[in-house]
Amino acid sequence: MAETKERLRRTMMFVPGNNPAMVKDAGIYGADSIMFDLEDAVSMAEKDAARDLVYEALQTQDYGDAELVVRINGDDTPYYHNDIKAMVKAGIDVIRLPKTETADMIKTLEKDVLAAEKEFGRKEGATHLMAAIESAKGVLNAPAIAAASDRMIGIALSAEDYTTDMKTHRYPDGAELQFARNMVLHAARAAGIAAFDTVFTNMDDTEGFYRETNYIHQLGFDGKSLVNPRQIAMVNKVYEPTEKEVENAKNVINAIKEARMKGSGVISMNGQMVDRPVVLRAQRVMMLAKASHLVDEEGNYIEK
Amino acid sequence: MKNSVGRKLPDDLMKQLNYEGFKSTEIGKPQVQRVAPKVHVSTGDDKLVDSIEDVVKKTVKDGMTISFHHHFRNGDFVFNKVMRVIIDQGIKNLTLAPSSLTGVMNDIVIEAIKKGTITNITSSGMRGSLGDFVSHGGLKNPVIFRSHGNRARAIEHGDIKIDVAFLGVPNADKLGNANGMQGDAVFGSLGYALMDAQYADNVVLLTDNIMPYPNTPASIKQTQVDYVVKVDKVGDPDKIGSGATRFTKDPKELKIAAMVNDVIVHSPYFKDGFSFQTGSGGAALAVTRYLRQAMIDNQIKASFALGGITKPTTDLLEEGLVRRVMDVQDFDKGAAASMHTNPNQQEIDASWYADPDNKGAMVDQLDIVILSALEIDTDFNVNVMTGSDGVIRGAVGGHQDAATAKLTIISAPLVRGRIATVVPKVTTNVTPGDSVDVLVTEYGIAINPKRKDLQKAFANLPGVPVYTIEELQQMAEKKVGKPKPLEFTDRTVALVEYRDGSIIDAINEVKD
Amino acid sequence: MEIKQTAIAGTLESSDIQIMLSKGQSGIQIDLESDVKKQFGDQINAVITETLKKFGIDHVKVKALDKGALDCVIKARTIAAAQRALKTADQPAWEVL
Repeated sequence: MAETKERLRRTMMFVPGNNPAMVKDAGIYGADSIMFDLEDAVSMAEKDAARDLVYEALQTQDYGDAELVVRINGDDTPYYHNDIKAMVKAGIDVIRLPKTETADMIKTLEKDVLAAEKEFGRKEGATHLMAAIESAKGVLNAPAIAAASDRMIGIALSAEDYTTDMKTHRYPDGAELQFARNMVLHAARAAGIAAFDTVFTNMDDTEGFYRETNYIHQLGFDGKSLVNPRQIAMVNKVYEPTEKEVENAKNVINAIKEARMKGSGVISMNGQMVDRPVVLRAQRVMMLAKASHLVDEEGNYIEK
Repeated sequence: MKNSVGRKLPDDLMKQLNYEGFKSTEIGKPQVQRVAPKVHVSTGDDKLVDSIEDVVKKTVKDGMTISFHHHFRNGDFVFNKVMRVIIDQGIKNLTLAPSSLTGVMNDIVIEAIKKGTITNITSSGMRGSLGDFVSHGGLKNPVIFRSHGNRARAIEHGDIKIDVAFLGVPNADKLGNANGMQGDAVFGSLGYALMDAQYADNVVLLTDNIMPYPNTPASIKQTQVDYVVKVDKVGDPDKIGSGATRFTKDPKELKIAAMVNDVIVHSPYFKDGFSFQTGSGGAALAVTRYLRQAMIDNQIKASFALGGITKPTTDLLEEGLVRRVMDVQDFDKGAAASMHTNPNQQEIDASWYADPDNKGAMVDQLDIVILSALEIDTDFNVNVMTGSDGVIRGAVGGHQDAATAKLTIISAPLVRGRIATVVPKVTTNVTPGDSVDVLVTEYGIAINPKRKDLQKAFANLPGVPVYTIEELQQMAEKKVGKPKPLEFTDRTVALVEYRDGSIIDAINEVKD
Repeated sequence: MEIKQTAIAGTLESSDIQIMLSKGQSGIQIDLESDVKKQFGDQINAVITETLKKFGIDHVKVKALDKGALDCVIKARTIAAAQRALKTADQPAWEVL
């Protein structure tokens, strides 16, 4: 697990790596993570140009607080090593490996990244990793993949390739993804890293998008991969805590403060002991509430 | 001389044309004298003719001022038909005083200038080849740009004295009762043309659709009309306005629109009975859609929507969210059709809409307006007239007029391609910063420091970062770099009037 | 360095720039088309020239069709075009990036 402090990863917005207009504007939509794509969104003939473009953009453009991710080309392509080197040199936050099927692929990637960090003088360990699971084999190996490296921050399900591998396609109810979603999610949670759900591509089906997002939110996913900036506000809305959840979380946080002031190791609320899971959930609710602009920095409710 | 917004104006021209420099956005309470047109008395029996040539021969003489309206926009056939005849008859030294000039008029205007037919122009704006031609010194005398409200004022004052108005209409009877709502080439409101019909010495209607007498509803009345000319086609319905309304899918425009909506909803003016003007364009239509939801959510209804009208606005009228639509022009077929069927959509002329020298214009009662900008500077001055290369490619339109609203919001992207929208100094000052309250960009908003109340109201708006306008300007410059200053010659090619008739800026010939 | 083949990078989409490099004998000759040439022409030419010099390319004809690209895009497209022209696209010039 790469980080101890949890960070919000509700939205991971895909940006085609060879499109200057989209690359330069990627920072304005408030995505928690921005994923520049060097893989499927870029044709074979433009792999070099896309890599150069993303590299130069990362040197100059301001993407605010967003976590910056690059999807590199797989290790079965001639672009893999150059993608890693360029992105490590550029100081990318996270490298996302597509079509990950085994823990060894992550271990190899870790070695390649470390070598690049040494070559370009980047702090060792600064480049984080994540894996995209896109096949039956990947799903079955998800627990090992998620735990394959201390640099791992998350795993993501990619449903297009996966459903093809499973000899099916995507359905509105998502039954075909049930097993994979749960595997990926459990693998992530067991390894203490983030779980990202797959993209939803029909921009005209708002209802379907909300249905799917509500569902994966209920399962416990950290967030969703997105193909269009317009989906960001919709995901954030689903992840917005209710007023009751926020009130409850504030009480828990206050109880922690109180316990700390008393020098007591035991946190109690309404005479009952508050255990660790409750504390963690409260902290996450407050983080979401702040990100959703429901409360200010001090945790006070913002009048709307 | 320099005016109160620091613009250098050409002394000799100012003196020669008897102009004063812009001083203030305050109109005050002066007493003004309006003019009246000549009336060629007739019983009206001989008005209907079928030859533009004959009418031009009877009415247009060297040195006169002629006018047209631009309600057909890029579907206009009338302008070209009439100008062709005027050029071919060898008439010289005309002043062209249309409500505005659209792209389909460019070629023939350039031809008329080159042949000496047209020697002066006053318009709301010009674009494309004509703007380029004028900016490169193609017309000897400076073009005078006026807002829609100011054109009405200038006509009423006699600053623009129209000798002959050629007004295309989709229907008219033999005496000249006409409206913009029935026929093939319908455009809805005749708002701008109503000024010409009321004040021109000769009013010539051109139509492809002679209706049984008497034709009602009559926006233009038989009492105003001298000739009715039957022509084969007045316009191309498909090019008059956009057919179906398409909402933008551009995420950047949607982001700006959502933020504009946030600003409106959290302003002190968003309450039952408020009024607004949104205009056309992708972001404006999206604002209307967001505003609709906000009105439903907050159970708020508007007293009126104003200005150039689009289908999303007339939908609000249908839904009962807006009580009246005050309509000076319609931008699409839906809005034009609604004008015909909905009695709560009132046709208003340019004077009623926006004339500052009035006993109250609609814009004086306006709460909220959303306007665009080619450039806005750190003093909140707005340019909607010249491009970043200094070439004329825009129109004042109702910009200066509607900016008198209580809350004037400029909605514009921080940068377009490599061109910054927020700049240290606008190339041409059209609307003074004094009348602008908030700038909304995709990165956040800037509030005019004069509006302490709004600074407070928008201080903690979730998801709406507040910057100073200087910060936004620097942000833009950091992105695109510092442009090389434009170069102009000393020659003035156009003067931009403020709505009170003073000069707010001069546009010079570009050097290249 | 010698240009080995005529090469092109970038598109004619908004915010992009298309750079075409071909053999030349007399220095770096840039033919730039841009809507913002008046304001940014010198800057665009400077970015292209500086990037080509880092590759050691001293003689080349450059045809640049600009659609409002930012400096970082101009640099990226020039790099891609240069590596293609030098036939080194599979060995990125790390010192130039």
